[in-house]
Amino acid sequence: MARMKFLCDADRCIECNACATACKNENEVPWGLNRRRVVTINDGKPGERSVSMACMHCTDAPCQAVCPVECIYTTADGVVLHSKDQCIGCGYCFYACPFGAPQYPQVSNFGSRGKMDKCTFCAGGPEVHNSPEEYAKYGANRLAEGKLPLCAEMCSTKSLLAGEGEIVADIYKERVVTRGYGSGAWGWITAYGADTGV
Amino acid sequence: MLIRRAERAARRGTLVGALGAESGGMDRRAFLRRSGLTAGALAAIGTLPVSGVRNAEAGPPPKPGIPVETRKSICTHCSVGCTVTAEVQNGVWLGQEPSWDSPINRGSHCSKGASVRELVRGERRLKYPTKLVDGKWVRISWDQAIGEIGDKLMAIRDKSGPDSVYWLGSAKFSNEAAYLFRKFAAFWGTNNADHQARICHSTTVAGVSNTWGYGAMTNSYNDIRNAKTLVIMGGNPAEAHPVSLQHLLEGKELNRANFIVIDPRMTRTAAHATDYVRIRPGTDIPVLWGMLWHIFQNGWEDKEFIRQRVYGIDEIRQEVAKWPPDEVERVSGIPGEQLKRIAEKFAKEKPATLIWAMGQTQHTVGTANVRASCIALLVTGNVGGFGNGANIFRGHDNVQGATDVGLDGSTLPFYYGLDEGAWRHWCRVWDVDYDWVQSRFASKQLMETAGVTSTRWFDATLMAKDQIDQPDNLRAMMVFGHAGSTITRMPEAKRGIEALDLLVVVDTVPTTWAVLSDRKNDVYLLPSGTQFESSGTRSASNRSLQWYDQIVKPIFEAKEDYEVIYLLAGKFGFAEQLFKHIKVENGVPSSEDLLREINRGSWSTGYTGQSPERLKLHRDHQKDFDLVTLRASDGPCKGEYYGLPWPCWGTPELKHPGTPTLYNTSLHVKDGGGTFRARFGVERNGVTLLAEGSYSAGSEIRDGYPEFTMAVLKKLGWDKDLTPQELAVIAKVGGNNTDAVAWSTDLSGGIQRVAIEHGCVPCGNGKARAVAWNLPDPVPVHREPIYSPRVDLVGKYPTLPDAKQFRVPNIGFTVQKSAVDRGVAKQFPLILSTGRFVDHEGGGEETRSNRWLAELRQDMYIEISPADALERGIKDGAWVWVTGAEYASKARMKALVTERVGKGVAWMPYHFAGWFQGVDQRRKYPQGADPFVLGESANTVTTYGYDPVTNMQEPKVTLCQITAA
Repeated sequence: MARMKFLCDADRCIECNACATACKNENEVPWGLNRRRVVTINDGKPGERSVSMACMHCTDAPCQAVCPVECIYTTADGVVLHSKDQCIGCGYCFYACPFGAPQYPQVSNFGSRGKMDKCTFCAGGPEVHNSPEEYAKYGANRLAEGKLPLCAEMCSTKSLLAGEGEIVADIYKERVVTRGYGSGAWGWITAYGADTGV
Repeated sequence: MLIRRAERAARRGTLVGALGAESGGMDRRAFLRRSGLTAGALAAIGTLPVSGVRNAEAGPPPKPGIPVETRKSICTHCSVGCTVTAEVQNGVWLGQEPSWDSPINRGSHCSKGASVRELVRGERRLKYPTKLVDGKWVRISWDQAIGEIGDKLMAIRDKSGPDSVYWLGSAKFSNEAAYLFRKFAAFWGTNNADHQARICHSTTVAGVSNTWGYGAMTNSYNDIRNAKTLVIMGGNPAEAHPVSLQHLLEGKELNRANFIVIDPRMTRTAAHATDYVRIRPGTDIPVLWGMLWHIFQNGWEDKEFIRQRVYGIDEIRQEVAKWPPDEVERVSGIPGEQLKRIAEKFAKEKPATLIWAMGQTQHTVGTANVRASCIALLVTGNVGGFGNGANIFRGHDNVQGATDVGLDGSTLPFYYGLDEGAWRHWCRVWDVDYDWVQSRFASKQLMETAGVTSTRWFDATLMAKDQIDQPDNLRAMMVFGHAGSTITRMPEAKRGIEALDLLVVVDTVPTTWAVLSDRKNDVYLLPSGTQFESSGTRSASNRSLQWYDQIVKPIFEAKEDYEVIYLLAGKFGFAEQLFKHIKVENGVPSSEDLLREINRGSWSTGYTGQSPERLKLHRDHQKDFDLVTLRASDGPCKGEYYGLPWPCWGTPELKHPGTPTLYNTSLHVKDGGGTFRARFGVERNGVTLLAEGSYSAGSEIRDGYPEFTMAVLKKLGWDKDLTPQELAVIAKVGGNNTDAVAWSTDLSGGIQRVAIEHGCVPCGNGKARAVAWNLPDPVPVHREPIYSPRVDLVGKYPTLPDAKQFRVPNIGFTVQKSAVDRGVAKQFPLILSTGRFVDHEGGGEETRSNRWLAELRQDMYIEISPADALERGIKDGAWVWVTGAEYASKARMKALVTERVGKGVAWMPYHFAGWFQGVDQRRKYPQGADPFVLGESANTVTTYGYDPVTNMQEPKVTLCQITAA
């Protein structure tokens, strides 16, 4: 069975934010919520590297473990999704997530959180596939159409890879061998475990 | 409970489920294709069964039962030329899909390209015509707008002459609209027309064409994959041309290529470099001559290439000898050993390419800079082949095309110039009477005099009449798609706007023009559509033309550019002449017919072969073109290069494949081969200007030869190959002197056809000029910026003397001297440079109104080094005042303390506007059309300084002071 993963090749990422706006475009993510963002380390210094980050859809997702209402689940493709109907906006998942993926819309001026929102791997949510209800709550469901997340499909330098974990890992390994260097698939081991090294 | 439901849903959602058992799921090859990771080899694999037409229930979400169409356009944000694939239902743009088939972007976009859908439906767009009445915006109809604007323009014309109206066009136009706009200005009777190329690559066009014939990128983004050494000097493509980095980085990885970045800033491109060299802004020529010093010293030059194909290298040697390592280090700050290492790689690890953008062009020495770059390529034999060349990254999506079609007051379309011969050529193409066109102008002399440049319009508005070489000041600005914040000296622009009788802005958004001044009346804003609401062609930086479809009709009350020009021509009474051979349907002129007219007249540059039909075929068969060569290996375009990169010689029927790499002698001219253009004569002072022993593959003349004319054909005995029809056209064009009819004026295309049949390049086979005797500096020499921090160097390397250019005085020398005398560098000790970041384009007029992009960076900022910040007590993220060296200018913004800039250098992005000298102007925008994000404009504090050849501005080097706010 396919096991979906993300990998960002930091030697290719140029912080162009295509992934971030492609996500906005495909999922109509409102102002203030960012399902995907690009993080740059050593900004402006030698050794500057950028990594595109979103929910990594972890193998053993910590957010799922801490959710008090069990609204987070893993699909058969290995995509971590959640039910906004069930979510109470408690924010536990935000604290559990090693990648800062969960987002919350501000619903009032007193700091109360709305329903959690995060990257769905462009796989919608628990509603009927590609229904208006699913789109309104979770955005697009490209996976059901046989397409991959738009962020990775539109990546300017083919830095952000998405898809079946083994294929993604193979592509990255091949690249590293060809070019002779690789600064590591950032977050890969945290998300998918040490036994799936790239 | 929930988990079980999810698992049920998940099973339906697996890829195998979605694709059906027959397809075998998404196998590795299909996956790779969607990941866009492999080259053309996989293009043969069929598309996934569910792609193309979206399932009717799919969403955001389309309505059921109505078909969803897929349409292709081109991204409007830079010159890479990425295909945009749109899904449209019922005239509504629902979504963007990756454009896998495009050999240029292979599905990819940057943040701007991935957000273009929002440009079209953007809630902050200008929605209807509006005019300023006593300081308030009032909605009016199109009829009223055209009527009132037309009457006012006619009144100005009657009183002050046609030259008092300025027609500022756009690099956002299609080729067809830019061409039409230039033609329109001619019929109005002025050369006062321009567009963004002036502030972008005007110096490149002047410098490069004066070196080897054509002023354009010699190779293509894709071809850079072949390079073994890339030198990026004065460009930051990771932010300005992000998708190009796909080619650059993959090429670098596959070839283990040298990736060298020479720049004052350690840019995001430099973050991927194998070598990064920091230089002082404005010292490109010392650096290039410093490289050549090592090359000549060690004998690394390509002697055979120089002997065969380069004129005047000895004079270069003399100038280069003045730049030994210690002098280069004194002026530019680069240690000699570092430069030697770079020079050696550039000369020996070939093919090597030199890539540049605004870092070289936006200087008072812009033309000289790019010429020095060309000379460095010539000396090392790094031009005219695969993987090498001058890869000049143009800015806007169609700035190359708009330049080619002549939206430029110093020439008619396709670089024919402004002399009588050029006018007669275009009058023949337009099928109008030369005398009638001349009668539209104030005089024959003004008809043949270059117009005021876009960088100087306010000088021509504000100066005393007797200082400008035209009957009266500029009194009206017609601004079609040009940011108001990208031209330097904005405090003067503000005064200029206030001095005008009329300001008209035709754009998708109100732009900075609408809010910069304190005008209360006589400003009109007319909504035009984006290019996604129009059709036509645009030329990418690599000279490929791409046809694009109208994705949706213009929204709100917007109109296509073509229609706006048609309405104005109707008002002025010359619509019939202007559209003599162009079909107009429902008020919209046909972009196909406009392209056909371009095809009929553009012999000099080879826009003749790219008929609408051929370009549409390329659009429909993108997948047949190779990733590296851009050549189609299969299908109806087999043998042709993607987008028929110009020159695409002869008529469309000749089926020339286009020229992927300029001046490439290893190919037959019929396969896109070429030679340096014999543009500058055949000899000078007894020395030949024609190539010696070098010629393109298959040429029957095995040596240099001049441009083809009827006389040359006769001398060769090839005139008998002309058909009777061609001879008849040549006789008609030539009148009593058919011998003078040339490859560039023969409207039949016969001379070109015959030359090509014999394996010869119509524009001749000359040498490139290391010495361009017609330029102010025939050999490029270093000149300090007008506002130099190194006053000790100004005496030795002063700017050129004052002179009059483009109808106005250029007093750079006086300004430079006065700055030194007054000790400006003490008061303003920091070098100020400006540039781009990835999420916005140009003045940010469109992108700051696009909520997805506006959200990414919401504050205007200035980069300052930690050392300079410490001296001034400035913290990262704090508010600061930046003060400029002229007009007591000041700007308030945030500080970004970073090592990206060196000590003594500050840098600002130029994408912001809507604040002026600390005051928020949001209330001045028409209601609901204010951009999401406002900020100070960098050009509020930029200063005087103009290149003598093109009047390019100098926003890359000036002086400033920064203080905590």
